[in-house]
Amino acid sequence: MNNEAVAIRTENLLKSFGDYRAIDNLDLDIKRGEIYGLVGPDGSGKTTLMRLLTAIMEPDSGQAWVAGHSVVTESERVKEKIGYMSQRFGLYEDLTVIENIIFYADLYDVPRKERPERIERLLGFSNLTPFKARLAGKLSGGMKQKLGLACALIHTPEILFLDEPTNGVDPVSRRDFWKILYDLLKEGITIFVSTAYLDEAERCTRVGLIHKGKLLAEDDPAAMKKSFGYPMIALWADDPRRAIEVLKMVPGIKNISIYGDRLHIALESPELMETIVFELQAAGIVMKSYRNIIPTLEDIFITKVAGDE
Amino acid sequence: MKFPRIRAIAKKELIQIRRDPLSLAMAFLMPVMLLFIFGYAITLDVNNLKTVVCDLDKSMLSRELAAQFGKSDYFTIIDRVHSYGEIDGYLDRGEALVAISIPRDFSENIKRGRPAELQVIVDGSDSNTATIALGYISAVTGLFSEKIAVRQSPPLIETRVRVWFNEELESRNYIIPGLIAVIMSVIAALLTSLTVAREWERGTMEQLISTPVKTQEFILGKLMPYFLIGFIDMLISVLLAVFLFDVPMKGSLFLLAGLSSLFLFGGLSLGMLISIVAKSQLVASQIAMVATFLPAFLLSGFMYAIPNMPKPLQVITYAIPARYFVSILKDIFLKGNALHMLLFETSLLGLFALVVFAIANKKFKKRIE
Ligand SMILES: Nc1ncnc2c1ncn2[C@@H]1O[C@H](COP(=O)(O)OP(=O)(O)O)[C@@H](O)[C@H]1O
Ligand SMILES: [Mg+2]
Repeated sequence: MNNEAVAIRTENLLKSFGDYRAIDNLDLDIKRGEIYGLVGPDGSGKTTLMRLLTAIMEPDSGQAWVAGHSVVTESERVKEKIGYMSQRFGLYEDLTVIENIIFYADLYDVPRKERPERIERLLGFSNLTPFKARLAGKLSGGMKQKLGLACALIHTPEILFLDEPTNGVDPVSRRDFWKILYDLLKEGITIFVSTAYLDEAERCTRVGLIHKGKLLAEDDPAAMKKSFGYPMIALWADDPRRAIEVLKMVPGIKNISIYGDRLHIALESPELMETIVFELQAAGIVMKSYRNIIPTLEDIFITKVAGDE
Repeated sequence: MKFPRIRAIAKKELIQIRRDPLSLAMAFLMPVMLLFIFGYAITLDVNNLKTVVCDLDKSMLSRELAAQFGKSDYFTIIDRVHSYGEIDGYLDRGEALVAISIPRDFSENIKRGRPAELQVIVDGSDSNTATIALGYISAVTGLFSEKIAVRQSPPLIETRVRVWFNEELESRNYIIPGLIAVIMSVIAALLTSLTVAREWERGTMEQLISTPVKTQEFILGKLMPYFLIGFIDMLISVLLAVFLFDVPMKGSLFLLAGLSSLFLFGGLSLGMLISIVAKSQLVASQIAMVATFLPAFLLSGFMYAIPNMPKPLQVITYAIPARYFVSILKDIFLKGNALHMLLFETSLLGLFALVVFAIANKKFKKRIE
């Protein structure tokens, strides 16, 4: 497997815990220069896939190649070429920012003479320069994640794996973090990032929807929305919760989800709208208004998952 | 293997140890505490035993004997009485632990060259103290009979008593080096038992194993700082043995340092192996404690002589590094043995270290199960 354009490829990748297939015969094909977003709810297999691809967990069967090397037979070669940021903060809280960075520089065997410049650059883009001497445990959530990123980048990896990097980080820091990711992408690094935030997935060049260890859909976000097979409406009613109960019974409604006071409904066909109006009226629910909308990734995801169940 | 990586791991570990003053203090206080507790408990000098003397003889000799007891640090004579009946009261009330009764014919018998009897009652509720007290009494009477024997012919020396006394004095010299071996077995394993498990528990291991660091680099790097601590602990123990417990140090300090290092390498590797397998700090430290303390204490020849053990136990002792270290320390301290006389112990200690180190390397997986 030595195709230069391919960053990550898996074939029938399988990993079970007991009887449960956390990764279920998964095929992936990710090109260099992509920022690939792996999206799925808790327990869908994101972390497991990350661990398989970063060669810190062995698959039961199937194959995976990362940066041209097999994660099964050449795990240590893979590790030289990638950077990984685990979901749980994985750096030493009792070491300072700079001590953590130098520790990883040593482990990755970064040449001494290149270090000062690289470290300065990493500290600079992550705005950590003033906090160099601070213990990592004393950083805010957002700064911890930036430090994690700096350590994962110290050896200028070809592919960066980030497992829910913005989980529990405030919105401003999240935006900063994504700006950094785009800068990295411009430098040619391939990024494989998992997230539970669908608005983040929209920023990726490609998104894979994972559920129960399977990819339900995979495309760039715009194409995914365009190719979504069902008309989507947003509907306002005076009692949205009861409206859900009523509409659940209507055949042909693919999915309903609630966003504050409005419902997003995926319809099998546009004619179904008449039935909806009728059913709501019969139940004594006042429908204030409705309109056709472009589905969000979340709508697509929920609909796909519902179809999969 | 790349040395800079080993150094990086060692340096990181050292920084972490340094920033955890409580654990660091524990690491250095442990040998001191254990040596004090066990050293004094086992070799306890019983001082100032409250003693009541019942002198029925009332002769020069009997008074001299009573004075002999009074002079020694071991006994404090709280009263002199003149009838048996009074003794019981003192013992019953717990006011005296020892009663010495000199019979009416005591000096008469000695003068005539007949064996003179001395009655001794010791409160046996603390059997340890009682045994020690009896030893001291024999010692004092032994000294006394030696003294009067000079003026007497034929001499009345009871050498048996003297020998017993000397043996008791030697036993401390014997016990302390063995005790150091036992204590260091426990400390070595405990020092490293947390270090790998901690990384799994804190989530730092996942990040670490995603780097190209090699297993041997990781384990060697981790061992280094604890080796330093273990070596200092050993130094503290030896200093205490020589300057506090007055154990003679007849052998070479270099040899002692060298063989201690070999022993530490094995002991620290054992703790590391336990930490790797257990993956939990609590479980690991408990296993390390049990796996080292009991065997080192009971099966190393420290408490019980190995030749007197049942055969199956004797076989097991070969797998216990403390067994070799106990005899190495005793031989270096007390006999001043050189390396060529300790080859058996040294090679088996080395073998143990290598085997455990190899298993630790094999058991450590850069993978999440
Ligand atoms: N080490 C493990 N041992 C047993 N089960 C696991 C392990 N890791 C993950 N799982 C299970 O596999 C499934 C996928 O988990 P995970 O990959 O962590 O999902 P996500 O990261 O998307 O939340 C879950 O059901 C989880 O309980
Ligand atoms: Mg996860």
